[in-house]
Amino acid sequence: MEHQYDVVVVGAGLSGLRAAIELGEGTRVAVLSKVFATRSHSGAAQGGIGAALGNEEEDNWEWHMFDTVKGSDYLGDQDAIAIMCQDAPKIVYELEHMGVPFNRTPEGKIAQRAFGGHTSNFGKAAVKRACYAADRTGRVILDTLWEKCLQRHVQFFDEFQMLSLIVKDGRCCGLTAYELATGKIHVFNSKAVLLATGGAGKVFKTTSNAMASTGDGMAIAYRAGAPLEDMEFIQFHPTGIYKLGILISEAARGEGGILLNSEGERFMERYAPTIKDLAPRDMVSRCILKEVRAGRGIGGKDYVHLDLTHLGAEVIGQKLVEIIEFAKTYGGVDARKEPIPVQPTCHYMMGGIAADADGHVVLDDKNTPFPGLYAAGECACVSVHGANRLGCNSLLDTLVFGRRSGIEIRKFIHAHGLCTIPDDLEDLEAAKIRYLMEKDGTEKLGPILQEMQTVMMNNVSVFRHKETLDEALQAIRALKERFHDIGVHDKGSCFNRELLDVMELRHMLDLAEVMTLGALHREESRGAHSREDFPERDDQRFLAHTMVRYEEQAEPLLFTKPVNITRFEPKERKY
Amino acid sequence: MKATFVIFRFDPAVDKQPRYQEYAIDVESTDKILDCLNRIRWELDPTLVYRASCSHGICGSDAMVINGHVGLACQKLVRDYKTANNFVIEPLPLFNVIKDLVVDMDPFFEKHRYVRPYLINDEGVPEKERIQSAEEQKVIEPALRCILCASCTSSCPISRANPNYLGPAALLRAFRYINDSRDTATGGRLAQLDNNEGAWGCKTMWWCTDVCPKGIPVTKCIGQIKRAIKQQEKNE
Repeated sequence: MEHQYDVVVVGAGLSGLRAAIELGEGTRVAVLSKVFATRSHSGAAQGGIGAALGNEEEDNWEWHMFDTVKGSDYLGDQDAIAIMCQDAPKIVYELEHMGVPFNRTPEGKIAQRAFGGHTSNFGKAAVKRACYAADRTGRVILDTLWEKCLQRHVQFFDEFQMLSLIVKDGRCCGLTAYELATGKIHVFNSKAVLLATGGAGKVFKTTSNAMASTGDGMAIAYRAGAPLEDMEFIQFHPTGIYKLGILISEAARGEGGILLNSEGERFMERYAPTIKDLAPRDMVSRCILKEVRAGRGIGGKDYVHLDLTHLGAEVIGQKLVEIIEFAKTYGGVDARKEPIPVQPTCHYMMGGIAADADGHVVLDDKNTPFPGLYAAGECACVSVHGANRLGCNSLLDTLVFGRRSGIEIRKFIHAHGLCTIPDDLEDLEAAKIRYLMEKDGTEKLGPILQEMQTVMMNNVSVFRHKETLDEALQAIRALKERFHDIGVHDKGSCFNRELLDVMELRHMLDLAEVMTLGALHREESRGAHSREDFPERDDQRFLAHTMVRYEEQAEPLLFTKPVNITRFEPKERKY
Repeated sequence: MKATFVIFRFDPAVDKQPRYQEYAIDVESTDKILDCLNRIRWELDPTLVYRASCSHGICGSDAMVINGHVGLACQKLVRDYKTANNFVIEPLPLFNVIKDLVVDMDPFFEKHRYVRPYLINDEGVPEKERIQSAEEQKVIEPALRCILCASCTSSCPISRANPNYLGPAALLRAFRYINDSRDTATGGRLAQLDNNEGAWGCKTMWWCTDVCPKGIPVTKCIGQIKRAIKQQEKNE
């Protein structure tokens, strides 16, 4: 079945929906999503969205910019960061106007709270910058944007999985997709495609990410020739519920929660004397694991305690409602009376499809655009987060760059027509799927998936070393070989979940390889990338973005792209 | 320890009637029901399908019937059930089954759209935020917990009896906008619900409140809509 649209947006999380709204009623927009829109992983964001509104304390966008640059360990592109921090207040006010139910100050303004790495006066003291709606900020923004799209009659294709991008003479001309309910192949001929497909936390065994976070957009763009940038930078959030990885928001520490080791010591005071428990996530995650390695994990195990017992009923009842429930349901812990056992959990991809601040997917170190192809949100690397993202900058990133992509795409579609695309695309994709379904595979999906997740967790997570990275690369490549022999047992065409699982696994294996390659290449420690064999940051050799491009019949090609430094020269990063 | 799962199966391509299939797996008492389903799918039977994503009760994908009660598979743990590790899993009632535990939610979202689930404000847009007091905000707080999982609507006896009834989830969304101090369409919203397909369809049977996985007092919120309608009539 063939469709024609001005724009196809892939992904119905915050970036995709914000872009769809920006594209406006005069544009023919289709939003494709492999899950129903309100099931998107943006909805799991808890703590808030960063913007220097100054509603609670003096603040300005330049302090926000400084914090973001420093948080990124100086790898973020400062031109893009300046745009994001300047746009932030406007973005938040727009959300409020659309109806987002932010918590309020006594004067009825948007309330703000402290968060990791947010400071005033260029690092002098913690500042309240996170705008929030209890601890369900992502969920209510997602609902509001989706409902705005309903009001605008945006066309949704729910439970459609993108299969491939259509590229003709170097331009993106649409995509092919698989309809889960029927097994039908759909060809979308469009002037532009925006990828807003989110992250890939499911590459790792312990993660806060949803089952749908399998990096499909990144992997499909990569196979279509778009380079992936800085994929070795993977954020491990310090406070996942022990064993489960379910997120306990940084807002818990923003509201006054503290981390304790087995000796009852508030150990972050030792590592970050100024902002203590509100140090950035990469640091806190490392500190937790250092405590564990020093034998100060709780009961000798690999977790520490997050203590909220002193916060009082009002804070807990109005600002941390959901996480108290999570701790109770899954951890069996009443967080009002006892500490929550926590350990780092894979949370966020700083890297992604190389893109600029207007959403253009770029092909090389000169930022040459990939015509017709755009990316925004977690699947893109603009790069505003560099080597480590600050809390509350991801919701901001999705909305600022979702909106800017929308504006830019509108210009593009007015200057360009639809391409003439080959008429055998549907048959080609159907043949690929038939091949997957009909071959007698000797390998099963489950074991390959689990081995990948275990290897990545053990060898490519918080601490890394050449030896274990080499091992991981070998293991991932062996799994890619085994993947060729995978069989699909479900032969049906109605809601064939197994077929989707297989496609997702292929995507994740590609990404796992790129992450490991980047981590091996970067012989330094910066932000979330911590090499035990190279413990120092090395600006001489590695103040540059890692780019990896897919090559047919050859190993992926690795090259670098300079960092854009406009204002803050790299310095030692202390908190 | 061992557990037995008897699961509702239906594939429209091959089954004339739904059937139940039994699976035996090892479980821990702290496993989520969703973990068990995942294990069955990955280790025993990849053809079994259900919706799920966030796995911690915020995306709203995996409402289903577990041992006769509607719940989220990712929010219910093995230890929550006193049934000697015997589980019967069925799709949400009220909706048509697409396959196995996957149901057609279109009618549910159709009703959601009907209540105009977006802020209507004809007063022009200020430069900064609209002012709203913490007390005004608190009124709508219960409704903000809703994750659109459809547990309430699929459990509601009135919804089962009258397909035209909006149902608790859509009414809760209406409540959220009726009581948002920034919304200026309150009168029209109340008028839209002043009938038996709307607020008066609710016969206060509390099933919605009982099953809500987010602890929302749904029935009370619908009651507040009814009172607001009466108040509006009095004022006219």
